[in-house]
Amino acid sequence: MQRNHNHTKICIVEKVIDETPTVRTLIFTDDVLSTVLPGQFAMVWIPGINELPMSVMISQESGKAAFTVRRHGSASTGLFNVQVGQQIGVRGPYGNSFDLKQGKLLLVGGGTGLVPMMRLLTFVKPDDDVTVLIGAKSKNEVFFEDLTNNLLKNNTHRVIVTTDDGTYGEKGFVTSMVEKLVNENHFDGVYTCGPEIMMYKTVQLAHSKGLFVQASLERMMKCGVGICGSCCVGEDLVCRDGTVFNGDHLLSNKEFGHSHRNKAGILENY
Amino acid sequence: MEPSLVTSIGKIQLERPVMLASGILGISLDVFNRLYRSGAGAVVSKSLSTEPWDGYPNPTIFSVNGGGWINAVGLSNPGAPNFAKMIESNNDVPIVISLVGSIPEDFEMMVKQFKNCKVTAYELNLSCPHVAKVGLEVGDDPELVKKIVSTVKNSTDVPVIAKVGLGTTHYLNTVNAAIESGIDAITAINTIRAMAIDVETQRPILSNKFGGLSGTPIKHVALRCVYEISSKYNIPIIGCGGISTWEDAVEFILAGSSAIQLGSAIGDNWIHVFNDINQGILQYMKRKGYSNINEMIGLAKKS
Repeated sequence: MQRNHNHTKICIVEKVIDETPTVRTLIFTDDVLSTVLPGQFAMVWIPGINELPMSVMISQESGKAAFTVRRHGSASTGLFNVQVGQQIGVRGPYGNSFDLKQGKLLLVGGGTGLVPMMRLLTFVKPDDDVTVLIGAKSKNEVFFEDLTNNLLKNNTHRVIVTTDDGTYGEKGFVTSMVEKLVNENHFDGVYTCGPEIMMYKTVQLAHSKGLFVQASLERMMKCGVGICGSCCVGEDLVCRDGTVFNGDHLLSNKEFGHSHRNKAGILENY
Repeated sequence: MEPSLVTSIGKIQLERPVMLASGILGISLDVFNRLYRSGAGAVVSKSLSTEPWDGYPNPTIFSVNGGGWINAVGLSNPGAPNFAKMIESNNDVPIVISLVGSIPEDFEMMVKQFKNCKVTAYELNLSCPHVAKVGLEVGDDPELVKKIVSTVKNSTDVPVIAKVGLGTTHYLNTVNAAIESGIDAITAINTIRAMAIDVETQRPILSNKFGGLSGTPIKHVALRCVYEISSKYNIPIIGCGGISTWEDAVEFILAGSSAIQLGSAIGDNWIHVFNDINQGILQYMKRKGYSNINEMIGLAKKS
């Protein structure tokens, strides 16, 4: 019988990988989540603690999926602290996915926003020429660089890491590198996920050059199914209309890049 | 002649009878505009309190096997003052302001916040089943209901609706108290107190343990309540509870509803559901030869 995607399925965490001191990947077996599309998410229940939306990370083994979580608030810290053998509940997948073009592609990821970028890389065609930008504050926060190179080993590709403090890779904000690249190259598709200001600048830069650009947004979510309204951005609901939106649509949304809603639904500026 | 979907809930006139229920998607004016464009006759805000409320931690929603939802969002809302500021610019969308509080003074303070806003009606939440000291706990106390309704009626000329639910006091006593105090209409019903337990982890799923059951499992209970209220009282009714198709909507109108509200159906069928139901009602009216909604209200009571 096909699983109702709204019903929570209990999974056991089989492996935990420390990516950085504050980022971990938790691997578990689940056929449905192992094959989600890039940009889709699951609602993840940490019994007794909280439930939060998570982009579904790829696993190298078939039938397995993962979550890559940064320790931040109470919910994400709860997930970060889950040990091998512990139970988590998953429902989904929810949301839409990226419209992957062919040819010369630019992916821009920051932090755990790299998760849907990694999944997107599993869909690129052998002829695609792929540039991946990984932005981080500092060397000890860089992760998925080796994984990116590995996923693209059969493609013409470049992986560029930027750190704000210059302790690794190129020094500076990742968006300065985006500006340089879109000024010097044509891209058939630009895809981004990460901190909203990074996405906002990336979308602006790509759009100003007439490039096709999409971003996967994150908002506070309660239900994940379009009932509670917590994740609204202007008139869009990230859970039902997104998480992926076209750049031209986003630039016409007055909240994108500027504000998000808190738990009470009050707009707060970035 | 094309039949008309215009309906009157007492003094409240709506272009279409299908409304957004309180608690659903109700925190952004942009979303309200979108819902109105999508076919909603009016939108009801989330229940607003005197101050902002964060609501409960997740999980706040559970999908019932076979249909329906149990939620304990916990009345999260930006607070009446913030919300009033947000809708001050609204001229187009008929907005019903849902209010939740414990004492008459809470409601009086909140109504004052909206003096510069275009408000179609106030809906008093006397029925949320999962937050202490408000909602259903207020609705279960008919004397308190009388005081609150009288206070709100004395504070505004805008029509006031009471939303009732199934608590420990017979809901008809709550309806009666509201009518005696001058209420303009009744919304029936709210979600019904319920819970869900996960057998693997052996614990309640919702963080609040208890929530409110909505959707198809409560449709026929809600329908019975609408029929009972309309049989006993001469008061306009808005039917709410498990409506997801045009047939459901027509059933509620035939039971005595002047309008209906949707909530769970949006989670199941998304925003298109407003237009789908409007079109279905129109086709039914054409087929049966009705020219306006009023001709159909309460027809099931004839036999």
